[in-house]
Amino acid sequence: MTVLLAAVTALLFACGAWLLMQRRLTRIIIGIGLLGHGANLLLVTAGGRAGRPPIVAADGSTDLSALSDPLPQALALTAIVITFGVTAFLLALGYRSWQITSDDMVEDDLEDRFLARRRAADGPEAAVDDGDPITSELDVGEGS
Amino acid sequence: MIAAGVTTSGMEGLVALPIVLPLLGAALAVVFGAWRQVQRWITLVTLVGVLGVSITLLVEADSVGYVVQSAGGWAAPLGIALVVDRLAGIMLVVSAIVLLAVAVYAIGQAGEERRRVAFHPMYLVLAAGVSASFITGDLFNLFVAFEMMLAASYVLITLGGRPDQVRSGMSYVVISLVASTLFISALALLYAATGTVNMADLSQRLGDLSPELRTGFSLLLLVVFGIKAGLFPLFFWLPDSYPTAPGPVTAIFAGLLTKVGVYAIIRTQTLLFEPGETMGTVLLWVAGATMVVGVIGAIAQDDMKRILAFHIISQIGYMILGLGLFTVAGIAGAVFYVIHHIVVKTALFLVAGLVDRRAGSSRLSEVGGLVRSAPVIAGLFLVPALSLAGLPPFSGFLAKFALVDAGVEAGSWWIVATSLAVGLFTLFSMTKIWAGVFWGEADEAPEREPVVSGRLGSPALMVVGTVVLVVVSVGFSVAAGGLYELSERAAQDLLDPSGYVSAVLGARP
Repeated sequence: MTVLLAAVTALLFACGAWLLMQRRLTRIIIGIGLLGHGANLLLVTAGGRAGRPPIVAADGSTDLSALSDPLPQALALTAIVITFGVTAFLLALGYRSWQITSDDMVEDDLEDRFLARRRAADGPEAAVDDGDPITSELDVGEGS
Repeated sequence: MIAAGVTTSGMEGLVALPIVLPLLGAALAVVFGAWRQVQRWITLVTLVGVLGVSITLLVEADSVGYVVQSAGGWAAPLGIALVVDRLAGIMLVVSAIVLLAVAVYAIGQAGEERRRVAFHPMYLVLAAGVSASFITGDLFNLFVAFEMMLAASYVLITLGGRPDQVRSGMSYVVISLVASTLFISALALLYAATGTVNMADLSQRLGDLSPELRTGFSLLLLVVFGIKAGLFPLFFWLPDSYPTAPGPVTAIFAGLLTKVGVYAIIRTQTLLFEPGETMGTVLLWVAGATMVVGVIGAIAQDDMKRILAFHIISQIGYMILGLGLFTVAGIAGAVFYVIHHIVVKTALFLVAGLVDRRAGSSRLSEVGGLVRSAPVIAGLFLVPALSLAGLPPFSGFLAKFALVDAGVEAGSWWIVATSLAVGLFTLFSMTKIWAGVFWGEADEAPEREPVVSGRLGSPALMVVGTVVLVVVSVGFSVAAGGLYELSERAAQDLLDPSGYVSAVLGARP
């Protein structure tokens, strides 16, 4: 069972990390969610083998070696609550971003673009078309 | 087993107050959301209370070594221990001073503070999170404290909901969440390996693990806290997100939040892991790269706040330099540098806020000649700027001198040379701000209308908040002797974790 849980953790981390690299905000938020699940699952796995009863077994025995450690479960519960709250905030922020731009692309840093434009104004050979659809689109839009 | 040297002083009851008071204040501030004036008084009274308690705790910790409280009456390692040692005490006092000064400034500015009900409650939750990070003796509790601080910072950085805030706030939230996820993973692995998350207990049990595993954990925690502190190569989010927040919020983030990361690095690397040659070398390389990249990044910038934000990164390098030496002198220098930097950096960002308001912009190309039109702001900029660049007789000089002295003593010549060269570039950047903002003329019209009000040209409370921090930073150089000795005692504690361990594990609930 623990091997299965470890494999699921690895899968969640892999999918989360891949989604995090995307340019769409919705995918990033889902990626963050998956990463959080992976970390919480890892925390539960740290408590020992799966399937064991916590604190007192069904037959009433309190043999510690047959019980699962309840502390990581409590830690995971705390972590889940925190991840839940922050994800809700992230969704609200994503919605706000969509309201403003009516798009869920992550934009480049404004100040970097400002500096790049200044460099472009200094000399045409300094301007580099990096082939990025977002930056070049914006340069056209602002008529620089 | 009660270890020798653990004394009960009756001060244990105070240990939780720097966390409890702001949380209580935050709850009250929510209740009185409709009355801004009441909210302001709640914030100020709470922060004054935290400052008083912090000073008492620092005095007590300096005389007995450690003040320990076991939360809920459960003895460590089962319960959550709250520990104030000399380092935590120093950090508590400095952060309380800075939080108070910035609160006064925010009230004077009456920007987002007046428009949004959420400002005061969130500011107090942030204060509680910062205090909790310093006090906690439990690694999982440190995660909770970080989350408390970060959740409040997410709200504060996007307060106002402007497009640029949402954009940069988004990257800030995402990068912080990735760091938190890594932190949970590190905690899970640590618990699986040792069966405890109490730092004192971990300090003992990690010794039983193989050296390779210990190095792995040490590096994992360095990455987790390095993201928060803005270490090379994990700093990229910082100059992008900090400058867009409302002025006082940027100041408190720049001054305090990254230093909480640095505090966590110092605490974990000294308490949990045996200071070793390899880790020291890794830290020194990271420190060197952080210093150089931060200062070079600052040169290209045109916005005063962005220049200062890049300088946070370069200054973080100095603190890690002191830690990487793993000598008493080095860590004492790092501690002294941290307290100097918290105050000076916050003061500089408050001045940037004053410039932004007075001139309608903080871009060097859109501002000019403020030395004639606003000499008060120019004076307030000059002192912390020279201090940041490390010119005598200001606190920055003493902090850098302590670090360079420690580096020479340890024979790490290349890092000393790097730090001195970076100091020169810092001076160049400060001169650039001075020439662009205070001398000369503006090349372009500012994006907003300048606001001039009152006899000083700025609201009196904003000036008072800044003046307090400038005076405190000058006070650091006046009282440098005593302060350095205190840092030295803190460094001795840090390099000998047995005192911490026996104080925590021997404390009676």
